[in-house]
Amino acid sequence: MRHTRAALELLAPAVLVVAVALFGTLVSASTETYVITTLVNVAIVVALYVFIGNSGVLSFGHISFVAVGAWTAGILSMPRSEKPAIMPNLAGFLRDTTVGNVPSLALAAAVGAVFALIVGLPLMRLSGLAAGIATFGVLEITHNVLRYWEKIGPGLNTFSAVPETTGLLQAAVGALIAIAVAFLYQRSRYGRMLRATREDAAAARAVGVSVYGQRLLAFALSGALAALAGGLYVHLLPVNAEELYLDLTFITLAMLVIGGVTSLWGAVVGAVVVSAVDSFLAEAENGVHVLGGTLDFPAGTRIVVVGALMAFVLIVRPSGLTGGRELPLPKALVRSLLTKFSA
Amino acid sequence: MTVVATFLGADWQTVADAFGLGGIYALMAVGIGLVFGVLRLVNFAYGQLVMAGAYSLAFAYERGWPVWVGILLCFGVVIVLSAAMDWVVFRPLRSQSPAVMLVATFAVAFLLQSIALLWFKPLGKVAASLSSLNQPWTIGGVDIRKISVVAILVAAGCLVALVVLLGRTSVGLHMRAAALDFRTARLLGVRANRVISAAVLVSGLLAATVAVLLTVQTPLVTPDFALRDTILVLAGVVLGGMNRLVPATLGGFAIGFAAGFLGGALPTDQSQYLPSFLFAAVILVLLIRPAGLFTRSGQQAVERV
Repeated sequence: MRHTRAALELLAPAVLVVAVALFGTLVSASTETYVITTLVNVAIVVALYVFIGNSGVLSFGHISFVAVGAWTAGILSMPRSEKPAIMPNLAGFLRDTTVGNVPSLALAAAVGAVFALIVGLPLMRLSGLAAGIATFGVLEITHNVLRYWEKIGPGLNTFSAVPETTGLLQAAVGALIAIAVAFLYQRSRYGRMLRATREDAAAARAVGVSVYGQRLLAFALSGALAALAGGLYVHLLPVNAEELYLDLTFITLAMLVIGGVTSLWGAVVGAVVVSAVDSFLAEAENGVHVLGGTLDFPAGTRIVVVGALMAFVLIVRPSGLTGGRELPLPKALVRSLLTKFSA
Repeated sequence: MTVVATFLGADWQTVADAFGLGGIYALMAVGIGLVFGVLRLVNFAYGQLVMAGAYSLAFAYERGWPVWVGILLCFGVVIVLSAAMDWVVFRPLRSQSPAVMLVATFAVAFLLQSIALLWFKPLGKVAASLSSLNQPWTIGGVDIRKISVVAILVAAGCLVALVVLLGRTSVGLHMRAAALDFRTARLLGVRANRVISAAVLVSGLLAATVAVLLTVQTPLVTPDFALRDTILVLAGVVLGGMNRLVPATLGGFAIGFAAGFLGGALPTDQSQYLPSFLFAAVILVLLIRPAGLFTRSGQQAVERV
C-alpha cells in the first residue's frame, strides 16, 4: 500500500514530463525549441528542489553548478578542430580531449557534484539569511571566474560549435533522470533525515541526525543534477556566461516558488507552468497571432509577468500552486488503486 | 613592501576617488541596515528604488527643469514607491520567514527592473543636472572631486542624524523596541505600523539621496542602474554586521572603498577578478564571524539553524 502511493508520487511528475515531450512532437520546429527548453528547466528546478525543498535552506548559487556543468560538457564535446577559434587560450589537456555526447553529460554531473561538495564543505554550516547571501556570493564568484578565465573555457565568447544533441528525447530523458533521482532521494533515509532537519533542526539533532552532513549530501546531489541540466543546456543552445547568471537564477527560483517549494510535484508543475507562460510571452515579444488579432508585447514583458506572478503567489499562496504537496489524486481513485494492489 | 609602496604612493588619486564611492555605499548601507533592523527584511529591491529616483532626475533634466524640481520629484517618486512596496508586498508577507521575504524582494527587484526596461528602453537616459559637482578641488596635485566630499559628508550626516533619531527620540525608541522583539513591543503599546512606516519613509529618503549622489558619479541611467552597487552593498552590510546600524554602515563604506581602490589600483587583468575577491571575503566573514567584522564579540549572531 505504501509502495503504491509512493509509485504515484513518482508517476505524476514523470507522466507530466512525458506528456510535455509528446506535445513537443506535434508542434512546429520553432515551438519545439520552447518545449525542449521547458524540459531542461524541469531538470534545473528539480535539482534546486532536491536541496532547497528538502532542507528548507535557501540557495541562490545553484545556477553556478548549471554553469559549471555547461562548461564541462561544452568544452569536452566541442570538436577539436573548432576549439582554437572559440577558445584560443584553453589549457593543453582540455584542448586535446574530446568526448562524445553521453560521456560529456556524465562528466558534467560528476564535476558538478565535486564542485558542490567543495563549496558545500564550508557553506553548509550556514542557514537562513547567511546561507542566502553566501550562496549568492558563490554565484558571483563562479560567474566572474568563468567569464574571464580563458584557460578553462570561452570566457566572454559563446559556446558555438558544440554538437546540438539535446533534442526532445535527450531533454526528456534528462528530466526523467533528475525526477527519478530526486524521488529515490526523498524516499531514502537520508532524504527523510534532511526533511526532519527542515521541520525542526534541534529535534532532528537530538535524535542523532547530523544537520551539516545531511545538508552537504543533498547539496552535492543537487549540484550533480544541476550540472547535468547545464550539460543538456549547452547541447541545446550556444550559451555564454551571461545567460547562466542572475536572470536564470531568478526564473528558476520563481518556478520552484510558484510550483511549491516542498514537493517534487510542485517543482515539476512550477517549471512547466512558468516555462509555458514564459515561452508564450517570448513568442509574443516577436508578435504572435491569437484569435485573428496580433499580440505584440515589447521586450521585457516576460520578466515583468513572471516577477508579478511570483510576488502574487508568494502573497496569496505562500506554499505554491501545489500547496507544496505531492499530487493529491481524487480520493476514490486512490482507494480503488490501493485496494487493487494491496490485496 | 615596494609593491605596497608604489601601490599606495603612486595613487592618492585612487584613494580620493575610493573615498567618494565608499561614502555613497555607506549611505546605501544605512538604508538597507535600517530596514533590516526594524523589519528583519533584506531588501534586494533597494537598488531599484535608487534606479527609480535616478530616472526621475533624468526625466527632469531632459525637460530642462530647475535642479531643485528634479530633486523634489526624485524624493517624491522614491518615497511613494517605497511606501507602495511596503504596502503591497512586504506587509502581507510580514509573518513569513526571512528567506521567503528575501525571495520576495528578489522578485520585486526583477519586476521593477523589467518595468523600467519596458518603459524607458535599454539605452539609458542622462541625468546631469548636478554635474558641476564632478569638478575637482586640487590639493597637492591630487584632484578631489567635490562629489566625494559631499558624499562623505552626507553619509556621515545621515548616520549621525539616524543615531540621534534612534537613540534620543520616542519614535527611535519604538523602532529599537520593535527591532528587538516585535510582538512584545506591540503588547507594550508600540504602534507597530507607525514604526514600520517611519522606517520605510526614512529608508526611502536615503534611497532618494543615494540616487542624487549616484547620478553625479554615473550620469547615464539604465534599467540596471544601481543593481551591481546594491549587491555589493548587501555584501558589505553582511560583512560589517547586519544587526547594528553603525557596523553595517562601516561595512558598506569598507566594501565601497575596497571596490573603488582596488578597481583603480590593480591592473585590468587582476581587477577583473575583483568581485570574486570581495565575495570570497564576505563568505569568509560569514563563516568566521557571522555577527560581522565591526561588531564586538558577544553580540547576537546572525540567526543560525
